[in-house]
Amino acid sequence: MHRIVRKEQLSAEVFRLTVEAPLIAGERRPGQFIILQLGTYAERIPLTIADADPAAGNITLVFQVVGRTTHLLAELKEGDAIPVVLGPLGTPTHVAKYGTVAGVGGGIGAAPLYPIAQAMKRAGNRLIVVLGARRRELLILEDEMRTLADEMIVCTDDGSYGRKALVTGPLKELCARTPPPDLVVAIGPPVMMKFCAETTRPFGVRTVVSLNTIMVDGTGMCGGCRVTVGGETKFVCVDGPEFDGHKVDFDNMMSRLRSYREREEESHHKCHLALGIKEEE
Amino acid sequence: MAQPAQKENPSTAGLRPRDRLAIPPQPMPEQDPAARRRNFSEVALGYTAEQARQEATRCLRCRNKPCVAGCPVRIDIPAFIKAVAEGDCGAAIAVIKRNSLLPAICGRVCPQETQCQAPCTVGKSLKDTAKSVSIGRLERYVADLERARGIAPPPVKPDTGRRVAVVGSGPAGLVAAADVRREGHAVTIFEAFHKPGGVMVYGIPEFRLPKAIVQAEIDTLAAMGVELRTSFLVGRTRTLRDLMAKDGYEAVFVGAGAGLPRFMGVEGENLVGVLSANEYLTRVNLMGACNPVTADTPVMRSRRVAVVGGGNVAMDAARTAVRLGAESVHVVYRRTEAEMPARIEEVHHAHEEGVVFRLLQNPKRIVGGADGRVTGMECLRYRLGEPDRSGRPRPVAIEGSEFMLDVDTVIVAIGNAPNPLIKRTTAELKTNEWGGLLVDDKGMTSMPGVFAGGDIVLGSATVIEAMGQGRVAAAAINEYLEEKG
Repeated sequence: MHRIVRKEQLSAEVFRLTVEAPLIAGERRPGQFIILQLGTYAERIPLTIADADPAAGNITLVFQVVGRTTHLLAELKEGDAIPVVLGPLGTPTHVAKYGTVAGVGGGIGAAPLYPIAQAMKRAGNRLIVVLGARRRELLILEDEMRTLADEMIVCTDDGSYGRKALVTGPLKELCARTPPPDLVVAIGPPVMMKFCAETTRPFGVRTVVSLNTIMVDGTGMCGGCRVTVGGETKFVCVDGPEFDGHKVDFDNMMSRLRSYREREEESHHKCHLALGIKEEE
Repeated sequence: MAQPAQKENPSTAGLRPRDRLAIPPQPMPEQDPAARRRNFSEVALGYTAEQARQEATRCLRCRNKPCVAGCPVRIDIPAFIKAVAEGDCGAAIAVIKRNSLLPAICGRVCPQETQCQAPCTVGKSLKDTAKSVSIGRLERYVADLERARGIAPPPVKPDTGRRVAVVGSGPAGLVAAADVRREGHAVTIFEAFHKPGGVMVYGIPEFRLPKAIVQAEIDTLAAMGVELRTSFLVGRTRTLRDLMAKDGYEAVFVGAGAGLPRFMGVEGENLVGVLSANEYLTRVNLMGACNPVTADTPVMRSRRVAVVGGGNVAMDAARTAVRLGAESVHVVYRRTEAEMPARIEEVHHAHEEGVVFRLLQNPKRIVGGADGRVTGMECLRYRLGEPDRSGRPRPVAIEGSEFMLDVDTVIVAIGNAPNPLIKRTTAELKTNEWGGLLVDDKGMTSMPGVFAGGDIVLGSATVIEAMGQGRVAAAAINEYLEEKG
């Protein structure tokens, strides 16, 4: 059992939990994730380890309420326990001194980006962070990113805060600079990552994306998470979650994410009604 | 050996071989095929006491005991069968347990027709191995009786203060854990899933192996004092090296299984609606997706299903699809039924349940619609050619024989490779070309103190072979600890 030691609401739909998991806190590296489960027959869902405190034995999870499990998770209180937390899973980020690293976080993608940004900064890179969201209330981890970044660009789709732009706008400007960033790490909704990769491709700027696909075990046994990367089949859970964004077949990945759509929409709708969250268009 | 509590029925004790051969083989009572298409309850219902006695009486008690040589763990089969014929199931179970820890499981899932029952003298005399003594059914019968009475945990020697880690709680790990624990060593089993049992829980369906039976065996281990840590992935949650260097485990048994699903490498394999049998079965068995009321994990609601492969896993997936309400389920296999690696009984059950066998056919590509979902599978017809390296006739594609199979789901059941994670996170471990851990004849890997067995060594094998390796490695671990002092 993993006790929740702290719970914070970061935006209307996004929560941050600090959870007791001493072994995972000690072993995890940036880029890795956990699988959690709220009961024996509950769904297993992957969540990025957004941060960890090995001394206290805690890990930080940031999640958006998108389905039944995240809804139930949002209802847990400090002191409650999560029965199953398996991890750390996945191949850690390749952290090195690249020169200038631009981290692009869209919406909830800021959460997986944060530990990578932390590690890239610590490795001696100049760090540019582009943070975007549909609107101001959905922007998360802005303060945390500001303390890390050498340069920070915030944008919203509707212009309610920062620049009125999609993240691809500032990203393109960064790529047009001389010199362009040595590495781009783009994390967010699949369609955002797809267009980030398309933005950097003509500039030849290396672009890493972190994929969040359907998983059951998270240890390489089911293959539900498989994606096509450079024409080869890869498992996000063990080969990833990070891949060369220029090689990922995003259209295939997005259709695979909709595998169980009917069932998910049903529960998503019910959950949002229960939490009082308004449906987006 | 335990003494029979009661003499054999005088009317059968003096039977001549000819009389024994005249006793008809006892059929296994089974759920009606039409009824079981709609439920996940066990298909085989088990012998009655009278059936068990009758079947046991068929054994000729021949001197050369070819059945024992056919058993991977060398159970003294005629001795246990004699005890059943004498009505002494306590003695029967005692005989079995000298060699096998999990008879209720093996009695159900062992391929007896290619092991102990293949060379049976009764079958040979009647010129039909299907008429051999039903050793597996008798094993199951006595094991079920034992479980109903409460399994007595084997005696455990006084604590030695030594610690041994077992990675994986499948058949190899459970047996290794029990055998090491018996010597008084402290044993911790590390399991990546939230429930123990390995392939017996996530892979083999309830209708073939009820989960309560696996749980009873795990409970026995717990009663022996074996510690179980679930949701713990050795290699990630803790490295193998740290378990030994920092956590005080002096020896490790790796029984992490063959969990890496193989795919075919054909066009369209990543379309929505194509899944590994591992994924399909795990969703249904481990995550309970067969009951959407109690489970959150969804499973494909398929109409027309193709299962590619001819092994037990393919049969399990096909029969699961039937039970989930698919209108038609096709097993697509590139050889003929005679070459299928699946147990005859499973193939027979699949036929009875309405699974369509498309033999000498194999997928060429999978096609999908604009939404990325499967709409069909293009197949080629095959013929049998010259024997290949495995001795089976090589399937040869017939050019220009393409045809389209109208399916919305394709389940790939062409085998699994050894779990790569332990190897990836432990550079010291040497592997063969298939990714299996290399071990010596005692089960020790290239890393001192680290032993391995089961599918992580063998690739895809059987429960009983895994158990056999777990037992060999456990004996070697006990010896290793003694020598180490």
